[in-house]
Amino acid sequence: MSQIHVSTTLNGDPVEYLCEPDETLLDVLRDRLGLTGSKEGCGSGDCGACSVTVDGRLVCSCLVLGAEAQDREIETIEGVAQGENLHPLQQKILDHAALQCGVCTPGFIVAAKALLERNPDPSETEVRYWLAGNLCRCTGYDKIVRAVMDAAQEMRGA
Amino acid sequence: MQYEAPQTLDAAVALLADARGAARVLAGGTDLLVQLRSGAIEPDLVVDIKRIDELKKITAEDGGYRIGAAVSGAELGEHEGVRALWPGVVEATELIGSTQVQGRATMAGNLCNASPAADSVPAMVAADATARIVGPDGVRDTSVRDVATGPGQTSLGRGEIVVSIFLPARPARSGDAYLRFIPRTEMDIAVVGAAVSVSLDDEGTCVAARVSLGAVAARVLLVDEGARVLIGTKLDDDALQALAAAASAACSPINDKRGTIEFRTDVAGVLARRAAQTAFERAKG
Ligand SMILES: Cc1cc2nc3c(=O)[nH]c(=O)nc-3n(C[C@H](O)[C@H](O)[C@H](O)COP(=O)(O)OP(=O)(O)OC[C@H]3O[C@@H](n4cnc5c(N)ncnc54)[C@H](O)[C@@H]3O)c2cc1C
Ligand code: FES
Ligand code: FES
Repeated sequence: MSQIHVSTTLNGDPVEYLCEPDETLLDVLRDRLGLTGSKEGCGSGDCGACSVTVDGRLVCSCLVLGAEAQDREIETIEGVAQGENLHPLQQKILDHAALQCGVCTPGFIVAAKALLERNPDPSETEVRYWLAGNLCRCTGYDKIVRAVMDAAQEMRGA
Repeated sequence: MQYEAPQTLDAAVALLADARGAARVLAGGTDLLVQLRSGAIEPDLVVDIKRIDELKKITAEDGGYRIGAAVSGAELGEHEGVRALWPGVVEATELIGSTQVQGRATMAGNLCNASPAADSVPAMVAADATARIVGPDGVRDTSVRDVATGPGQTSLGRGEIVVSIFLPARPARSGDAYLRFIPRTEMDIAVVGAAVSVSLDDEGTCVAARVSLGAVAARVLLVDEGARVLIGTKLDDDALQALAAAASAACSPINDKRGTIEFRTDVAGVLARRAAQTAFERAKG
C-alpha cells in the first residue's frame, strides 16, 4: 500500500504525516504523532473515548480515516489545557473525583467542551443526552455530570 | 485499499465506475469504518464524497428542501427551515447514534447502508422523499423506498452515487413524526420504528397520509392500509385503532434477542398510533 501524505492543523499547529489509506485518525494520533490522550475503548463508535473535534464538530476519531484530516482543524485532549493551566472542565473533574481508571476521561472532557462552546448553560438533561455517546465503566456518571455542570457555572462567571 | 477524495461529482463517478475491484462511497463513515475495521468489507477503493461542494449543501427547491448526501445529522438538525417543514424527518435523523455519530452520519448513508432498522428511512418514506442518483449513465430520480432492496442490498448500479435527498413541499396544515422502540433511552438500534405524515383540511380532517414502518420486515414498509384508515377522519379512537391494526398486519418481522415476532408486531401498532397523534398535533400547528 502506498502511504498518503496529509497536512492538517492539530491543536492550532500545522502538522504533516504519512498514513496508510485505511488507518484511522485515532491510530495516527496515537501511533504516529505520539498523542496518546485519545483512547481506544471500542474502535466501533460506541464509547466516545476517542472523541476529538474536526472543524469544530465532535466525532469519534476511531471512525475517521487519517487521510480525511487533510486541511481540517483537529482538536484533541492535548489542546485543552493552556500550558500549565488546566481547563475548568479538567479542574472540576479532579475536584469532583469524577474519574477512576481514567480511560473515558479525555473523551468526556473533549465532548463536554464542545457542548459548552455551543450551550454555556445546559440543563442536566442536556448534559446527559449530549454525553450519551461517552461510556464510563467506573464512575456511574453522576460525578462526571456534576463536574460538567459545575465547570459550566464557573465558565459563565457565576 | 486506495483512498480518494475528489472535488467534483464527475471525478467521483469516474473513479467508482472505473474501479477494478470493490469500490465504496465514504460519507460519514459511521457504518463504513465499522465494517472496514471488523473486516466485514475489504474494498479496493474508497471514494470520500465530503470534498464535493454541492453535496455539502441544503437548498430550498420548489417549496421543499434538497439535502446533499454529505450533510451530517448535526448540520441537518441545525437547519431551521427543514426542521419546520419536516420535523419528523429531522427527529428521526437525530436519533441516529450519539453526538459524535451525529457529527458525521448522513441520511443518504443511512439509506444506502440498507439496514431495515435505519431510523431516518421510515421518516423519509412517509415524507415521500426522492433520492437523486448520479452515475455513469447520467442523473435519475427515484423514490427513497426503492433504494434499499433488502438487508445490506441496494438498487444502485456500478458507479452510482446518491447525491441528494429531496423532501417535497407540503400543504399548510401538515405534520409528520417518527418514533422508535429501543430497550434504552438512546444509542441503540430500533426494534421497531414508525413514521406518519398527514395533511389536514381547514376542518382538521385528514386528507392525505403516509405510514411507514422500520425494523419489522426485510425492507422499510409503506403501509397503504394505514394511510387509508386515517384519511377522512379527525383521528378519532376508531381511526387510531384501525391504524394500529393495519400497522401490525403489515409486519413480517424476525425473532431475535432484541424482540420477538409477537412483540415487534404489537409495538408497531402502538408506535404507529402514537406517531399519528404527534403528526396530527403538528399539523394543527
Ligand atoms: C455508535 C453508533 C450508533 C449508531 N446508531 C444508529 C441509530 O441509532 N440508528 C441508525 O439508523 N443507525 C445508527 N448507526 C449507523 C450509522 O450511523 C447510520 O446508518 C448512518 O446514517 C450512516 O451514514 P454515514 O454517512 O456514516 O454512512 P457511511 O458509513 O459513510 O456509508 C454507509 C454505506 O452507504 C454507502 N453510501 C454512503 N453514502 C452514499 C451515497 N451518497 N451514495 C451511495 N452509497 C453511499 C457506503 O458505501 C456504505 O456502504 C450507528 C452507528 C454507530 C457507529
Ligand atoms: S474507541 Fe472510538 S468510540 Fe470507542
Ligand atoms: S473512569 Fe474508568 S471508564 Fe470512566
